[in-house]
Amino acid sequence: MLRLEKRASPSRAWGMATPLLAVVLTMIAGGIMFAILGKNPVEAIRTIFWDPLFNPQFAAYSRPQLLVKAGPLILIAVGLSLGFRAGIWNIGAEGQYIVGAITGAAVGLAFYPTEAWFIFPLMVISGAIGGLLWAMIPAVLRTAFRTNEILVSLLLVYVAQSLLSSMALGALRNPQGGGFPGSRNLSQYPAAANPELIAGTGMHWGVVAAFIAVIFAYILLQRHMLGFSIRLAGQAPRAARYAGVSPTRLVILCLGISGALAGLAGLFEVSGPAGQISIDFASGYGFTAIIVAFLGRLNPVGILLAGLLMALTYIGGELAQFMLGLPAAAIQAFQGMLLFFLLAVDLLSNYRIRLGGAK
Amino acid sequence: MEGLTKAYPGVVANSDVSFRIRPGEVHALLGENGAGKSTLVKMIYGLVKPDSGWMSLRGQDYAPAEPSVARSLGVAMVFQHFSLFDALSVAENVALGMEAPPKLRELAARIRKVSQDYGLPLDPDRMVGDLSAGERQRVEIIRCLLQDPKLLIMDEPTSVLTPQEVDILFQTLRQLAREGTAILYISHKLEEIRSLCDEATILRRGKVVATCTPREKTARELAELMVGTVLTPPERSAKPKGDVALEVTGLSVASPIPFGTALKNVAFTVRKGEVLGIAGVAGNGQDELLLALNGELRTSPSAVKIAGVPVGAAGPIQRRKAGMVSAPEERLGHAAAPDMSLVENALLSGSVRKGLTKSGFIDWAGARRFAEGIVQQFDVRTPGTDVAARSLSGGNLQKFVVGRELSQAPTVIVINQPTWGVDASAAASIRQAIIDRAADGAAVVVISQDLDELLEIADSFAALNEGRLTAPRPTQGLTMDQIGLMMGGAHGMEVAHAEA
Repeated sequence: MLRLEKRASPSRAWGMATPLLAVVLTMIAGGIMFAILGKNPVEAIRTIFWDPLFNPQFAAYSRPQLLVKAGPLILIAVGLSLGFRAGIWNIGAEGQYIVGAITGAAVGLAFYPTEAWFIFPLMVISGAIGGLLWAMIPAVLRTAFRTNEILVSLLLVYVAQSLLSSMALGALRNPQGGGFPGSRNLSQYPAAANPELIAGTGMHWGVVAAFIAVIFAYILLQRHMLGFSIRLAGQAPRAARYAGVSPTRLVILCLGISGALAGLAGLFEVSGPAGQISIDFASGYGFTAIIVAFLGRLNPVGILLAGLLMALTYIGGELAQFMLGLPAAAIQAFQGMLLFFLLAVDLLSNYRIRLGGAK
Repeated sequence: MEGLTKAYPGVVANSDVSFRIRPGEVHALLGENGAGKSTLVKMIYGLVKPDSGWMSLRGQDYAPAEPSVARSLGVAMVFQHFSLFDALSVAENVALGMEAPPKLRELAARIRKVSQDYGLPLDPDRMVGDLSAGERQRVEIIRCLLQDPKLLIMDEPTSVLTPQEVDILFQTLRQLAREGTAILYISHKLEEIRSLCDEATILRRGKVVATCTPREKTARELAELMVGTVLTPPERSAKPKGDVALEVTGLSVASPIPFGTALKNVAFTVRKGEVLGIAGVAGNGQDELLLALNGELRTSPSAVKIAGVPVGAAGPIQRRKAGMVSAPEERLGHAAAPDMSLVENALLSGSVRKGLTKSGFIDWAGARRFAEGIVQQFDVRTPGTDVAARSLSGGNLQKFVVGRELSQAPTVIVINQPTWGVDASAAASIRQAIIDRAADGAAVVVISQDLDELLEIADSFAALNEGRLTAPRPTQGLTMDQIGLMMGGAHGMEVAHAEA
């Protein structure tokens, strides 16, 4: 009989190996699922993981998409991971992402059609502030009234989505758009645009910000007392109070940082790849980033890799849909398997499997 | 029982242990922490299966597969830690432990009868949350007595009792023994065993090292049998005490713990070089007092003063800056983070006074040196400083935690249960380290339930009782009776045995 035995100390080797193991297991299980659906599993897996990057026919289009999609995921996930480590569950990054996009875009549109160097930096700041303020709602409610930040932050996503529709139809609607919903296209307004920095790579300022956030978070967690406090509060809340960590301060900080980063991601998206505030601007990055954060084991470098992998399965999944005619649900199930296997094998870093049934 | 052996991965908990108990005998099982007492009784109670050896109960082969089998054969056990629900009444709690509980009213009547027969007054309708520790233990004992046991196992029953309550308990146990019940009494308190037990089996590192009649040995002889070496009591310094280093006045604060005890108008002062011992039965406000002193619980600024500076409203970090260190009772989860390494745990409370951060950035090399220093100086047995705190044994982690606090050149030291779960020689070295810091001029508050420990190291003595602290008195010249009264006597139960 198999049984689990708790390790004396968490295994570092398994901590590193489990994400890779999860990807391999997902490929096997996903392959079986694709075979049952009547598709060639090897071809399907290759279409998802290989073709977007190396197929001469599609790579020119899909390779830049990798960074475009991974950028916001990484940026949001890094912010979320700090809170998750401290046991502060910001589930509403999607809402902060939307509000950051709205406030950032609003600042840009207010200056239209002025051309000045300071407009884009100003938008960046206001995007971050927008996300931060939206995250402060659950933060303040939790610290002042002990509400549950999971519920409050999640429900505020729906408020943000309504706000987005109202903005696209009302205050921010393009006056020259002939009555169609949606704002002016910021990517065609040079002072407010977030263009591709190196042609053919998909690299834009949001991706740069994501890389900076990864480095910043890495240093914070490894070398700074604040990072230590965050880890401590998550692992042993009473020991954290004993060490003098203020729970209130931590809630405000963690929700503030994750909100600001989500707001930034929204701003870079609306001024770059999306281009405008529109009703369907929200694309679920804020929710997917939660998966990315856990896939990366709440570790900044892990999140960087997980963000790229997640982006790849999205792009490859779309490719597989129209190349092989796989149903969209199969692709979603495939992505779900990835999270499932990751959480399942995560057990191995804290437990070892033993054979034998003795007590 | 004969030749019982139980091995765990890495250690042999019991090796070839044999002893026998006659009906009506009070038999002591004596040994240090980790000597294998708990494993042994778990085998008897059916919680653990022996690897080899056999047991017999009243002439029959006895191999209980689980506790319910043991109970049905007449073996009952009172655990060191109670398994009671605070929010239920006494009768409901007793019913929960029974296989086929009778109606509550019937049960209550039986509880009343048993409690009267054995001089253990208890109202079956009271909420367990409102009971004192001694009364809770009574619930556990009555729960066992209702099964009419042939063998009663008591695991360290007196650690939560005042001296007067201990007397009542002993009268009950003697009465049970007279009626023919065999009692296996586990303890490391030697005087108790000498006064109560007929026979003693002494365990050391899982082996029986001696069997003796405790009344014929001195406490010192028993201790040396138990530990295996000659013990030297810590030396006290006779230096005159200095200025007041810690002053507590009118400290009243509600407990943050459910069913905790609020502190009521606690006041005391500790001078430089003085050790104040605070006794009290568990759950009388010890945890709350530690939290209020170390800053986890805030009060009005002037309620706590360090060297004359009010710090009552300051948090733990400011109080550490002011020179105070503290060690809470719960090592894993409160004093140390279980999943973090010893280096990280050294940083946990040492960052302030050891200067392990520069403008917020952590000096990991310094933290490692600090951790290694603690491990060396306090003889913490660990493969290294990178292992998680939870992998250390309780005693070793206690040495690490106490060592971490004492290594920070403190001016005020607050420790709750400094030697809880530590073996006798390590306990002696911890006590010596505390006394040494006091001799260097630190003011020390030791909160402990071990009266012998307090009498050994404290200069002055006070007791917590339901959140109130008695006025501190010099330790020298205090009698056990006076101490018992300071701890709250027997909670009005003295009359119980008047007619017995």
